[in-house]
Amino acid sequence: MEWLTLTIDGREVSVPKGTTVLDACRMNNIPIPTLCHAPELTSAGACRLCVVQIEGMRNLPPSCVTQATQGMKVETQNPKVRNARKVILELLVANHPLDCMTCQKMGDCSLAEYAYDYGVNGEVYQGEKRNLPIDSGNPFILRDQNKCILCGKCIKACSEIQGKSILDFSHRGFDTQVGPAFNLPYNESDCDFCGSCVSVCPVGALVEKQMVGKGRPWEVSKVQTTCPFCGVGCNFDLNVKDGKVIGVTSNPDAPVNGKALCVKGRFGMDMIYSDNRLTTPLIRKDGVLVPAEWDEALDLIATKLGEIKKTHGPNSIAALSSAHCTNEENYLMQKFMRAVIGTNNIDHCART
Amino acid sequence: MTNSINEIPNTKVMFVIGSNATEAHPVIGTKMKQALAKGAKLIVADPRRIDLADHSDVWLRLRPGTDIALINGIMNIILANGWEDREFIEERTEGFEKVREAVQKYTPEVVSKVTGVPVENLIEAAKIYATAERAQIFYTLGITEHTCGTDNVMSLANLAMLTGNIGKESSGVNPMRGQNNVQGACDMGALPDVYPGYQKVANPEVQAKFEAAWGVPLDPNPGFMIPDMFEAAVSKDLRALYVLGEDPVITDADANHVRKGLQALDFLVVQEIFLSETAKLADVVLPGASYAEKTGTFSNTERRVQMVNQAIKPIGDAKTDGEIISELATRMGYPFEYQSSEEVMQEIAKLTPQFAGITHERLGTQGLQWPVPHAEHPGTKFLHEGKFTRGKGQFVAIENQLPAELPDEEYPLLLSTGRKLSHYNVFTQHSPSLETHSPEELAEINPSDAKQLGLEDGEQVKVASRRGELKTKIMITERVPVGMVFMTLHYFDSPTNVLTNGAYDKVTKTYEYKVCGVKISKV
Repeated sequence: MEWLTLTIDGREVSVPKGTTVLDACRMNNIPIPTLCHAPELTSAGACRLCVVQIEGMRNLPPSCVTQATQGMKVETQNPKVRNARKVILELLVANHPLDCMTCQKMGDCSLAEYAYDYGVNGEVYQGEKRNLPIDSGNPFILRDQNKCILCGKCIKACSEIQGKSILDFSHRGFDTQVGPAFNLPYNESDCDFCGSCVSVCPVGALVEKQMVGKGRPWEVSKVQTTCPFCGVGCNFDLNVKDGKVIGVTSNPDAPVNGKALCVKGRFGMDMIYSDNRLTTPLIRKDGVLVPAEWDEALDLIATKLGEIKKTHGPNSIAALSSAHCTNEENYLMQKFMRAVIGTNNIDHCART
Repeated sequence: MTNSINEIPNTKVMFVIGSNATEAHPVIGTKMKQALAKGAKLIVADPRRIDLADHSDVWLRLRPGTDIALINGIMNIILANGWEDREFIEERTEGFEKVREAVQKYTPEVVSKVTGVPVENLIEAAKIYATAERAQIFYTLGITEHTCGTDNVMSLANLAMLTGNIGKESSGVNPMRGQNNVQGACDMGALPDVYPGYQKVANPEVQAKFEAAWGVPLDPNPGFMIPDMFEAAVSKDLRALYVLGEDPVITDADANHVRKGLQALDFLVVQEIFLSETAKLADVVLPGASYAEKTGTFSNTERRVQMVNQAIKPIGDAKTDGEIISELATRMGYPFEYQSSEEVMQEIAKLTPQFAGITHERLGTQGLQWPVPHAEHPGTKFLHEGKFTRGKGQFVAIENQLPAELPDEEYPLLLSTGRKLSHYNVFTQHSPSLETHSPEELAEINPSDAKQLGLEDGEQVKVASRRGELKTKIMITERVPVGMVFMTLHYFDSPTNVLTNGAYDKVTKTYEYKVCGVKISKV
């Protein structure tokens, strides 16, 4: 691999050939603000927030679409660069609602983070605000186009991750919107509800509906785990607050799926708290299943299985193990049948 | 899978047969679409116009149950054009001549007649698959859920070996496993003939190894497979059944027969997270814990063993399934004294060669793909490189076979079953959001059949087979061909498996969920 050496903010760094200036900075822990960039998507170079100054170049080039070259001298934080970024942010905030205190994205909003960093408060350009209807006609995604900054990441996620391409820009200028064809609500479009658009949205335009009002990012701990539905084995983060799962978010380091998930993995976790969950053992008494203590239930099973084994032999007992349970639990179940009961009568829905 | 999921976006040719990946394995479906965006070619064989069919270069709309004829026909074309990989056949396989002879009579014209696929599509598919530098086959239950399921799979193996498309990156035969840990449950020996790691119970050396490890004498005779259990229950050879996290009353074919078997038992225990239809028949029901409430591992379809990490405490008085089984074993005089699931994995690693190098710590956030034969091994991305597990790859001549029950005058429509994107088996109905989004069965029926029966889109109808009947709403759509009805298995209110045929594959005893005869009438 060919390596290049360049200087960023006076620091000499080496990166592989083919690296963008943005990645060169991030690989070396030099922060660059971005709104339209995501590592898993092609770069649009649209938001211009990642501009830097490069010696010998006339304008301030966007670092996400500028290739690093040998000997390049880059400045990322000088007053000219910071001022250019500030103007962009001021323009973005001009028509952005400033309802941050009730916005679900607060604490995880890139626009708010950069506005804070660059001292942007919405006073410079007091622009017209949008007043578009909120799309809440589906159980999964809340879409508030008034908060959309037109970065286009959701469009790319829908096309490049999901291969669905149902989102695009429509209208022009101030009226530009992002959405499905004819600006239909998501539930009337061809949307699969994979939620990849939500996972890349940098602001509060697209949020997980079930998580609204359930917790702030700093109150939430994230637990990486493996999805319980199909055999693809996607990983995601369970978002936990006060001992309760409040939602699922993508984990970009997931080995199989990256940020991609399907509707079940991303939104089906509410099954955990279904009213239909069994919360206590049940024993059939006089033909009816009634709640019982663990000791009573387990003793009854141990006694009954013991009796049946004694009377009819171990092969009169069988078990179905579970393709939903863990490896460890399946191991224990087959060991229980083989070593404790004494039979190979164990199977599961291995072939469905 | 012999290959890995992340090889898909860089693959050149995909042959998807009996797999509705964008719905049943959605993220694999998206990776297939990513490959298409990079210029990959796609062959789809499916009676239904699934989403991938719309993205394919060739769509082979075969009649249900004619997969062997289709594959033999494709092999016939490959041989007639000299597109086979002679070097691979010579060096890595045996039994080729018998297959060459067997496929001779499967000429394009004959096969077109049997399968309903136009000759030019057969030729185009054969050419794309056989002349590709690297091609992958993907299949799922559309191949296996037939009385000839094993033969269907062997036919695909024949096709892959004929063209040398196996044992390389982005080149192999890839069954995509259905449920989250169906791979792992098999790997762990939750099967009647093998211990963990597919070590045969009938092998005396293996038996001695497990007897030494577990300190008890073990039975060398394989046990009952699922369909045997319900038969044995009716004949009273089976007296007690312990069901962990399954709902056979809804998910097994010929559900009324299954119910009868369960009702004949002296004692039924169900360990579940919801009060399933099977649990409603139980003598004792034990509340297990969901994936969010326990630590352990799942093995995905590419053999990747990954961590499941506990996020919350079990709901109510529920306990993890491992804890429950351990307490029960202890009460029955064989103490299971594991302090954690990690300790269980240590025992698995000791006894299972493919898992020898796996610990929870090593799995971390990225998991490992088995075989992992020792503690420094990085895992195995694809199988059969250089050599097959059995040495030489075995060609087996296979003849086309008919499904056990085809439509007839009394039951004139063909019912095929499967999954849809918004649900998974029967338990996602307990997710309020998924249930709101997709609340009921919509049996797919072709417009011409609907017209003949005088049915409107969304109408409630009665569907009946020889084994049972149910009510469901219908969706009139060209997705299904004339004469075919498609239903999912997701809904309690339209329990499709009261209709399906309990006939099964002779080797694996997999039910023929994909073909049976039904009739539809107005309610």
